[in-house]
Amino acid sequence: MSPTTTADALAQVASDPDTIERHFPAAARTAAREGIDGDAAREALLLALPGDTAYVVELVSRVYEHGDPAERRAVLLALPALDAPDRTARIGDAALPIVRDALRTNDTRLVAAALGPYAATQLDDDAWRQAVLKVIFMGIPVSQVSGLDRRSDAELARMVRDFAAEREAAGRVVPPDALAILALVDTPAPSPSRAD
Amino acid sequence: MRIFDPHIHMTSRTTDDYVRMHAAGVRAVVEPSFWLGQPRTSVGSFTDYFDSILGWEPFRASQYGIAHHATIGLNPKEANDPRCREVLDVLPRYLVKDRVVAVGELGYDSMTPEEDEVFAAQLALAAEHELPALVHTPHRDKLTGTRRTLDVVRESAVEPGAVIVDHLNEMTVGVVAESGCWMGFSVYPDTKMDEHRMVEILRRYGLDRMIVNSAADWGNSDPLKTVRVAEAMLAAGYTADDVDRVLWRNPVEFYAQSGRLELPETEGPQAELVGAESFMGNSVLRGARD
Repeated sequence: MSPTTTADALAQVASDPDTIERHFPAAARTAAREGIDGDAAREALLLALPGDTAYVVELVSRVYEHGDPAERRAVLLALPALDAPDRTARIGDAALPIVRDALRTNDTRLVAAALGPYAATQLDDDAWRQAVLKVIFMGIPVSQVSGLDRRSDAELARMVRDFAAEREAAGRVVPPDALAILALVDTPAPSPSRAD
Repeated sequence: MRIFDPHIHMTSRTTDDYVRMHAAGVRAVVEPSFWLGQPRTSVGSFTDYFDSILGWEPFRASQYGIAHHATIGLNPKEANDPRCREVLDVLPRYLVKDRVVAVGELGYDSMTPEEDEVFAAQLALAAEHELPALVHTPHRDKLTGTRRTLDVVRESAVEPGAVIVDHLNEMTVGVVAESGCWMGFSVYPDTKMDEHRMVEILRRYGLDRMIVNSAADWGNSDPLKTVRVAEAMLAAGYTADDVDRVLWRNPVEFYAQSGRLELPETEGPQAELVGAESFMGNSVLRGARD
C-alpha cells in the first residue's frame, strides 16, 4: 500500500466517499508524519464527505461502527462540526445513535468524547442526566461535559444527592465533582443529611 | 528489567494478571487473534472479537501501565470451517488500523488444503499492507508442519525477516534458524518449551532473531514465563543487556517493522506513570516508528 498524504485522502473522499473506509483508520498515522493533529485530520475527512444528510449520516455511522476506540473518539469529537448551522448536509439529531452507543461503553475516552457540545444540544434530558451520573461514577472530570451549567437541573441534583448519600452510607468518599454539580443547581436539599 | 511479551492472549486473563505482570516489569504486549476454545460459527463473532482486542483490551491494559497491540488474522483451525471463511473478506479493514502490528496467528493446524489456501491468502494480505506475519506451528506432526510452513513463506511475497515462526522446540528450531525467519518460543508450565530448555537453545543458536513469549491463554499457562526465562538467563551467566535484548529489543525490532508500535517510556521520570495518570493515554508516547 503506497503511503498517501492527508491532502490526497481528502480529495479522494470528496470524489469517492467509500474510500473513507480505507483513509480514516490510517489518517492519524499519516497526519503524524505531516505534523498535523490526527483528530483534526479525521474531522476534515468526515467534513469532506459529499451528499445529503442521510448519506453523510450513513457513512459517518459506518466509520464509527467499524472504528477502533481512537477512530470512534474522533467521530464523536467531529459531531459538532458536522452539525454546524452553515452546513447544507447538517446532521441534526441523526447521529444520536452513535452518542448513545459510546455512552453504553466502559471506555472513559469514549464516554467523555460523547458528552461534547453535540450531546449538550441534542441528547434528551433522561439520557443526558444518566450520562452525567456515569461520568461521576467513572471518575471522568465533569469539567469535560459540555453545557453542564445550562442543562443541570433539579432532577440531576436529586440523582447526584442520592449517589452521594449512598457513598456516605458505605463509608466511601464522595467525589468532589458530585458536590460541584450540586453547587450548580440552586435547589433546597429535601433532607438535611449532614448539618455541617 | 523491562519485558515485552510478544504473544499473549490477555482477553483470557484477569486484572490480577495485569497487576502481577506490571510489577514484574512487563510494559508492552502483543495479543494475537486466535481461537477461543469454543468454535465460532459466524463472521460477526470474529468482528466482535477483533474489535475487543483493538478496543476494550488495550483500554484495560492501559489502566495497568501496559501498552497493548494486536495481530489480526483467521486462525488455521477455524479456517477449516466454511462458515468462517468470510472472515478473509473483513480482514483488509482491520489491517489498516493503528494498533495492528502483524497479520496472525496464521499457519497450520491439521495441514488441510483449506489451511494451505487461507495461509497463503493471508501472507499476500500481509505483503499488501506492509505488515509482518506471526505464524503458529502445529501441535501434531510438528517438524513436517514447520517445514511446510517455511515452504509457504518462501513462496510468498513476505520476506523471511518479517516472519516469526512460533511455538518452536529442539526439533524445529534448526530449520527456522536456517530460513532467516525469526524464531518464536512459547514457554509453558508443562508443554511446548520451559525456561531451562530455552536457555540451552539460546546457548546453541545465539540471541539473534530470538523471540520468547508466554502465549498465556485460557489453558494451563503463566503470564510471567517471560520473566522466568529472564531469571534463568541471568542464573546461567547471561548479562542484563542480553536479557534486555531477548525480552525487549528483539520483539520491538520485529514488530516495529509495522511502523505502528506505540511504546511507553521505559526509562526516565515518565516510566512509572500508570492508572489515572495515564488517562487518555498521556503516558504512552508515540514513537518507536523509525
